[in-house]
Amino acid sequence: MSSLFEEVQTQPNADIPVRRVTINVNGEDRSANIEPRLLLADLLRQGLKLTGTHKGCDTTSCGACTVLFDGRPVKSCTMLAVQADGHNVQTVEGLATPSELHPIQEGFKQEHGLQCGFCTPGMMLAAKALLERNPNPTEDDVRWALSGNLCRCTGYQNIVKAVLWAADKMRAESI
Amino acid sequence: MYPSRFKYESPKSIEEAIALLDAAKGDAKILAGGQSLVPMLKLRFAFPEQLVDINNIPGLNHITFDADGTLHIGALVRHEELEFSKEIAAKQPTIAAAAPLVADPIVRTRGTFVGSVCHADPQGDWAATMIALGGHVVVQGPKGKRTIEMKDFVLGPYANALNYNEIAIEAVIPAPKGVARGGYLKLERRVGDFATASVAVALDMDGNRVLRAGMALAGVGGKTIDANEEASYLVGKELTEATISHVADLVAAKAEPKTDHRGSSEYKRQIVRTFVKRILLAQSTQKAA
Repeated sequence: MSSLFEEVQTQPNADIPVRRVTINVNGEDRSANIEPRLLLADLLRQGLKLTGTHKGCDTTSCGACTVLFDGRPVKSCTMLAVQADGHNVQTVEGLATPSELHPIQEGFKQEHGLQCGFCTPGMMLAAKALLERNPNPTEDDVRWALSGNLCRCTGYQNIVKAVLWAADKMRAESI
Repeated sequence: MYPSRFKYESPKSIEEAIALLDAAKGDAKILAGGQSLVPMLKLRFAFPEQLVDINNIPGLNHITFDADGTLHIGALVRHEELEFSKEIAAKQPTIAAAAPLVADPIVRTRGTFVGSVCHADPQGDWAATMIALGGHVVVQGPKGKRTIEMKDFVLGPYANALNYNEIAIEAVIPAPKGVARGGYLKLERRVGDFATASVAVALDMDGNRVLRAGMALAGVGGKTIDANEEASYLVGKELTEATISHVADLVAAKAEPKTDHRGSSEYKRQIVRTFVKRILLAQSTQKAA
């Protein structure tokens, strides 16, 4: 036994429904037995210990928990983990490679696009979804795409600059 | 926040989903986009014994125009699919105008048009749009399909006309008589907030002459306000400053706004009047297609 105390149930509760799911998270298949009421954000944070996905408001307002679900941004506090069975999820941990930051992360660094950093993971994934669809966005496009993500520090100015910086860099790299 | 405990099923066909709903005898909820249902589960306003997730049922994500111009929107069409559809932009201006104003961009990737209509929130953008467009909902149950006119579909706040064993499988917008024109305007304090007031206008036009006019309001009453009768004043008339001003007064009088932290009732009524005028003026200056 690896721990000094392990609580065991006297009898298994047959009323608790459990589902086995396999979700591709940041390119790697992860399997788990979960209760269907588990939210995707909690699976990522508590189950898979990917705490880069932040929970801010927990009421579908702030966008801090944004992840990419099959490439499109979703608020992971407003989706059941069981719904991700067989799908691809990308979190902020999946942006950088071991040797290099993603251009969006670099942009946030260069343009000082964060202060406390709490909203940043959601901002970066929403920005990634935008740039995949529209590699050459205007400032308005960026503001529009990030309008579901709240930041209480920056006043958004530098976040918008960071995304535009990343867009420039990604376009330059793709030529 | 955790929802209360429920069983989860993800059927692969509509028939299978209906059988599950039928067996649950009213203790099941349908999960489509989940952008209203999941928050309600988390707040425990809703605590169904079972969720029937329809996301894995094929054939429900169509946006199609029939040859005559009738528009079909499947139960799994997300808001953003309408927002980015070139066909919608070209042929259905009221929906094209409303789509980018629904909730926020991230909610729009998941939330569905039909789910929003079924949710029957008095603030809902799509219920107002459907009323203005004279749409109907096609529902399927154990005994087959039936059609419910939008004006009969919403029974009250968060209450729709579906039986417990029925699924809304698509929304249908009838073909325009002439050229489809219209718009949607919403005043909100910030993106994603409930509307202070919003106005849906749908016109069928022949040049500058109105063949059919539909209007509906959200955010200015305990339910979606059906102002189609007031809008019908325009039928057979040209859009002029005088007719626009008159119908804007009629529609504004139909609103039932309440004073709250979003504004006074007079203010909200004035917003409705202004929005009706703005949308109609924009149509009257457009060249005939």
